[in-house]
Amino acid sequence: GVKYEHKEDDLWNKSDLLLKLNPVHKKIPVLVHNGKPVCESLVAVQYIDEVWKDRSPLLPSRPFDRAHARFWADYIDQKVYQLGKKVTRAKGVVHEAGKKEFIECLKLLEGELGDRPYFGGDTFGYVDVALVPFYSRFGAYETFGNFSIEAECPKLVAWAKRCMDRESVSKSLPDQRKVIEHVTRVRKLEGVES
Amino acid sequence: MAEEVKLFKTWSSPYGLRAVWALKLKGIEYESIDEDHDNKSPQLLQYNPVHKKIPVLIHNGKPVAESLVIVEYIDETWKQNPILPQDPYECATACFWAKFGDEKVLPSIWRVFIQEGKAQEELLGQAMENLKFLEEQLEGKVFFGGEKIGLVDIALGWIANLTCMLEEISGLKLITQEKFPLLFGWMQNFVCTVFVCLNPKPTERPRQLGGLQALDY
Repeated sequence: GVKYEHKEDDLWNKSDLLLKLNPVHKKIPVLVHNGKPVCESLVAVQYIDEVWKDRSPLLPSRPFDRAHARFWADYIDQKVYQLGKKVTRAKGVVHEAGKKEFIECLKLLEGELGDRPYFGGDTFGYVDVALVPFYSRFGAYETFGNFSIEAECPKLVAWAKRCMDRESVSKSLPDQRKVIEHVTRVRKLEGVES
Repeated sequence: MAEEVKLFKTWSSPYGLRAVWALKLKGIEYESIDEDHDNKSPQLLQYNPVHKKIPVLIHNGKPVAESLVIVEYIDETWKQNPILPQDPYECATACFWAKFGDEKVLPSIWRVFIQEGKAQEELLGQAMENLKFLEEQLEGKVFFGGEKIGLVDIALGWIANLTCMLEEISGLKLITQEKFPLLFGWMQNFVCTVFVCLNPKPTERPRQLGGLQALDY
């Protein structure tokens, strides 16, 4: 429940302010707290959790549980975006191999979730925050990968819908159709056949 | 209950060394298990079924994988000689630069050394730009962590180990005193601290790699 100001940036025409705040990567997101920038999404999430530690902690309190959460968030960081890109923006053998690996990745995550409501257990936590933004891309993965994520990983989709019952998630995630349009544009620019 | 700490690593992996340095900085006794990269043990595969890689720290039977996750775990479990800053902003800054090292610096340096000729020249620019960012971070400091070794020093320690070795093999000098005086000085300080200060009486002969000593023990 922290109040913040939201600034949208244009991927193909980045603002001077963004480039000044993140000169190393020149990318969003950048959190600015009392004038000081924090870059890299999971670094920013941990920062937020640390600064406002009295409200709804995202990371568990015990070191082993924290390490477990960081491990899975790191796995999501390493795998989901890159493999998802192969599903939506590659063709031929790279696409097929990427799709197979991507489904395996989702199944592994589904296995880790188990029968719990959230990756954080009973409460929405750090790993949930790391993964749920990719739900907005599920439509794109299914459209361009030609498969059903719900058929492959029903528990994972149920988890995503559970997260979407939270206003903070449903109001911030982009619409899946909008993402499909965006990916379609990018595929045209990159010369990938539909 | 007596603590049981084991570390699965290999003799050469810079990722495994991070856990070694963190444990040594904290003065934690541990059992070292050297794995064969081409013939991984069933125990390693059982402890890290997701990535099937070292390092894996086992603390009282529970596994922790991924080198920087391990270093943070060590720091949160044993409070002496803190590795991460207390201040949330400084902690976030340290995590940022550690990640930068892994995602940008290491791949860009590795790519330079595995190429030759024109391809190498083209990749050199990117590696140099990444090193300039690190050089700036050392302004006014002995280590990236300030007066003492911190997370970023541990995360970037492979520079002191691997880069020198690659330069010796290839003949290409990337980090010189002229081009990167602060980084050059940091490498000397880091080597001195982790090898000499933390292990004044090595029990085994340090491995020689082209005239340099491997920074593990």
